[in-house]
Amino acid sequence: MFPALIILAALLVGSVLLACAIGGVSIPPSDIARMSLDRLPFVHLEPDWQSTHETIFFQIRLPRVIGAALIGAALATAGVLFQGLLRNPLADPYIIGTSSGALFGATLVMVFIPATLAVWGFGIISIAAFFGALGSVFLVYNLARIGGKTPVISLILAGFAVGSFFTAMTWFMLSVSGEFQHKLGAVFDFLAGAIRVSSWLQIAVAACLILSGIILARFFTFRLNAFSLGEEGAAYVGINVERVKVAILSLGAFLTACAVCLGGLIGFVGLVIPHAMRLILGPDHRILLPTAALTGASFIILADLGARVIFAPTELRIGILTALIGAPFFIYLLRRYRKEYAF
Amino acid sequence: MKEVAFSYLNGFSLRHIDLKVKKGERVALIGPNGSGKTTLIKLAAGVLPPGHGEVLLDGAGLKTLSRREIAQRIAVVPQYFNMPFAFSVEEVVMLGRTPFIRALSGETEEDHSVVRYAMELVGIEQFTNRTFNELSGGERQKAILAMALAQKPKLLLLDEPTAHLDVNHQVEILELVKGLNREQGVTVVGAMHDLNLAALYFDRLVLLKEGIIFADGSPSAVLTEGTIHDVFGALVQIEQHPSAKVPHIIILPKENWPRG
Repeated sequence: MFPALIILAALLVGSVLLACAIGGVSIPPSDIARMSLDRLPFVHLEPDWQSTHETIFFQIRLPRVIGAALIGAALATAGVLFQGLLRNPLADPYIIGTSSGALFGATLVMVFIPATLAVWGFGIISIAAFFGALGSVFLVYNLARIGGKTPVISLILAGFAVGSFFTAMTWFMLSVSGEFQHKLGAVFDFLAGAIRVSSWLQIAVAACLILSGIILARFFTFRLNAFSLGEEGAAYVGINVERVKVAILSLGAFLTACAVCLGGLIGFVGLVIPHAMRLILGPDHRILLPTAALTGASFIILADLGARVIFAPTELRIGILTALIGAPFFIYLLRRYRKEYAF
Repeated sequence: MKEVAFSYLNGFSLRHIDLKVKKGERVALIGPNGSGKTTLIKLAAGVLPPGHGEVLLDGAGLKTLSRREIAQRIAVVPQYFNMPFAFSVEEVVMLGRTPFIRALSGETEEDHSVVRYAMELVGIEQFTNRTFNELSGGERQKAILAMALAQKPKLLLLDEPTAHLDVNHQVEILELVKGLNREQGVTVVGAMHDLNLAALYFDRLVLLKEGIIFADGSPSAVLTEGTIHDVFGALVQIEQHPSAKVPHIIILPKENWPRG
């Protein structure tokens, strides 16, 4: 596991450097390294780099790259949690209604609240998406509850139903608002994902939330392995199934909501990255969680880089790229490792 | 464990069951489909709460114990299993150590040695690194048995452990269970479908009919032509097993049933 973690950490550092260096203005990686070192306490280097580079690096690229990394880590972790809990390789962070709930929340604000407010650097639309995602999971969980238990299958079905309902409500709201054409662009931005980082404060808040979510998730990885025995099997080996389920669902929903809040609905990361790691490193969730988080972070950084530069100066929506890269890669993995998957 | 006592008063499929199992006993629950065998196993494992009454282990109510504490004492071998992901056999057996492992510290050397021991005992050490889902049904069931043994249980509950297995694997699994009971004093309660296997491998049979205990005793006391007709509605002939001194049921096709 440790060699894998070191390689993946190196990949993440490489991705950060690359994404900070490339863009409308190229910044030499050596300057990036020296500018960063200069900011460390007790280190002072002679500033022989251009000051515009310093501004671009610290004010524009680095926050965005860190935002991308946080989104990727959060979605990949949520994917690991949901796939393990639901014993379903098709599960992704959006499976139990988070995406539609977030979309509904965001659209609600777009349609009814014209003002732009921000708290800690988060726009009101993002905040509405965050609570929409959490709210829909809360609703799904309670709808799926039957006699004190929430079987996995009813969670998935309730998630599908609630998701469809919220999606329909979103389009209904837009249709009757009389501003369909006008708002469509903003809704599309949200649907296809776009990383918009406004301030270091926003990044700091998001980092605290997402990193603590990932650290908390680490407490559940061993118990997630037992969930592979089925809910009853997990109970037989001493898991308090309902309590652990609520904890994992809440954590997964929370991480997803944080990611959606920063970057809209970026697809395929939460599905593909846990799969890829599982196929390469095995199904033990204790290994899966940190490796998926690191890989997810690198993946989103690189995808966002691609979204910025491929059609520059036009920016692609990142969700389009993650699916364009993710889907063929997923198919390749499935075909190559068919045996391990025991189809 | 001095004495295990279960008593239930359950409104659904089991009514007024009062069953006491002593330490070191080997008890088979038998009865037709839907008679409540599996329900009884689940009640005993503490995963179903009794509607009325109480399930006791060593005189303490199961509901006063946490899931983790229950799993440190009771292990269950369920009917059939497949894993959603490609876990190795060793990883599956290690899941039996879940009730002993702390969330963050991971497995200790002791956990590894218990897992190795359980796999050797069951005879699946050659499959250590194989993928669980690639094993045959019988081999999987052995791995699940090893997982249950890795829990070091005082009470082993079996839910039709030999369903879907060939005759060789049926015998192997039941021999293993019998050996554990004899050599290590593990109390065994198993729901069994096959009456002949139940008679051969268990010394006490509990016959359930529509959620009540119809008969309870040694195989020769419980398996009579009369009780089997009353409970299963089938006519059979009972012979003595040629080597083991237990009843053996000869199934009679309907055309051989006496008229009237």
